[in-house]
Amino acid sequence: MNGVPFTVERGTAASRVAGISALIVVAFLSTFPWWAESGWMREFNEMACYLIFAMMWNLLAGYGGMVSIGQQAYLGLGGYTLVAFGNFTTLNPFLAVPLGALAAMIAAFPISRIAFRLQGGYFAIGTWVIAEVLRLTIANISAIGGGSGTSLIALRGIEKATRESVTFWMCLASVVASVGLVYWFLRSRQGLALLAIRDNEVASESQGVDVNRTKLWVYVVAAFGCGLAGALYFLGNLRISPDAAFSVNWTAFSIFIVMVGGIATIEGPIIGVIIFYLLNRLFSDYGTWYLVGLGLLAIIVMTRFPKGVWGTVSGRFALHLFPVQRRLSIVKPDTEVKP
Amino acid sequence: MIGWMDTIVQGVLLGGLYALFALGQSLIFGVMRLTNVAHGDFIILAAFAAFTFAGPLNIGPLGAFVFLLPLAVVFGYAMQRLVLNGTLGKDPLPSLVVTFGLSIVIQNVLQEIFSADPRSIPAGELTTASVRIVEGIAVGTLPLAIFVIALLAAALLQWVFARTSVGRVFRATSDDRETAELMGLDARVVYAAATALAFALIALAGLLQGMRTTVAPTDGPALLLYAFEAVVIGGLGSFWGTFSGGIILGVTQAIGFRLDPGWGIWLGHVMFLVVLLVRPNGLFPKTR
Repeated sequence: MNGVPFTVERGTAASRVAGISALIVVAFLSTFPWWAESGWMREFNEMACYLIFAMMWNLLAGYGGMVSIGQQAYLGLGGYTLVAFGNFTTLNPFLAVPLGALAAMIAAFPISRIAFRLQGGYFAIGTWVIAEVLRLTIANISAIGGGSGTSLIALRGIEKATRESVTFWMCLASVVASVGLVYWFLRSRQGLALLAIRDNEVASESQGVDVNRTKLWVYVVAAFGCGLAGALYFLGNLRISPDAAFSVNWTAFSIFIVMVGGIATIEGPIIGVIIFYLLNRLFSDYGTWYLVGLGLLAIIVMTRFPKGVWGTVSGRFALHLFPVQRRLSIVKPDTEVKP
Repeated sequence: MIGWMDTIVQGVLLGGLYALFALGQSLIFGVMRLTNVAHGDFIILAAFAAFTFAGPLNIGPLGAFVFLLPLAVVFGYAMQRLVLNGTLGKDPLPSLVVTFGLSIVIQNVLQEIFSADPRSIPAGELTTASVRIVEGIAVGTLPLAIFVIALLAAALLQWVFARTSVGRVFRATSDDRETAELMGLDARVVYAAATALAFALIALAGLLQGMRTTVAPTDGPALLLYAFEAVVIGGLGSFWGTFSGGIILGVTQAIGFRLDPGWGIWLGHVMFLVVLLVRPNGLFPKTR
């Protein structure tokens, strides 16, 4: 069989439209600092951090099959690295943001040695214990404020408008970069290996996929993203405390965002964070009842609509804005060879 | 020297309580491989329920338990049948998300009803009574009673699993669900029965936690972590392992608290991580 001529297609009409629309939206958002209220930018920054964090949780749980309840460990490390560099060195605090992400990434290597001893549900709670160890350790170090936390004093000399604009642009750029990073990762060979592992670990290993190495890569990339989210969040917040930085609520909200939006899709967390933002605006005054509602909604989505909003939509209309799958299409012999 | 002896004795007694937290978790995981993230929150819920019964009815902790126990068993059975059975499977995600969601719901509902204030279940003279073991070491009667109850609970569970037909049904379903169902068992009912039994332990743990110390609506996650650590330290597969894991955790925390009050819980967590690194299958691994 010499074979039928074929090509491998990845893009779709929808993905090209979505790509152009996304560019327009990002271009529009980037003009915010010239005309928008600072309150809007602050809200955007906060949601950007939730989105990046949720995307990383999605990468781990949705694609890597590693359900973690302890990703706040890396968020806190990113935030505290920012504050430590900002307060104890003369480094520009904005430059300390990528260092925060990097520190979280480096920490992920030794931590994975412990966390990877556990699987499934035990991995989830084990990672939570690790986050608690970090929280309690930092709460006992008085140089960085102990249990009551500390302020990011490095930003004192910087003008308010400059600080707000730069922080906003960094958050926007980080969201774009994180979406790009996840998209690129999933389309790469490593990403294909990851999807194979998720679907069948033993079978993928027999096909030559290095399961442990791939899982480690995902874990480390996710730690980088969570560290980035933490550094950005506390850059905007100006104040950090162990209870805020290592709060399990980060993971709780990101689970909500991912499940409601649609797990194991790139579009899902983006839709999820918009829904989360709207619910937050409408109902957060109800305090505890609002949180009860979020918890119940997550349970209902998990048991009744496990694919979430985007999974349901894309399943029905075969819509993929960020296509990661490869589709074969037969090349039709247009010019028929005449006998 | 006597001071350190005292620390270890108090740690062992504290560990008895942790063992009691852990037995329910161990039971559920052993039978259906379900990691219940809301385990600690259910214990706190039970403590608040006992508090609600004991106060206005003026029936004391034991009287409250008489009301609480059947309620908890029915609740556990229904919870498994109506919610948790649907989340079981090879993928751990559904059960984790659902139980994590329950955890958030329980914490916030309790906070709405009871406010964030810590409370305790009045236990009368039992709260302050103590027994002197040797010169310089006295133990509280209540912590001692809790330790004995935990010991009895572990022994009872071990006996049920090893020697009774109910235990055989649990083990069979745990080992191979499909084959057990071919033999005429309904796994959904077996799981519900196991959860009902676990909720009896949760009710007991909640009552005793509420009597021994104070409980606040957001205490659940800490108890979950202690229970989980005890199970893993002990090694999956035997209730005695879980019991020992609880004791080891309690003693480690007590030593940590004695060295520096800020590092007690930390030392417990770190000891757990060290065990995980050195003996990933726990200190007393054994197939049941």
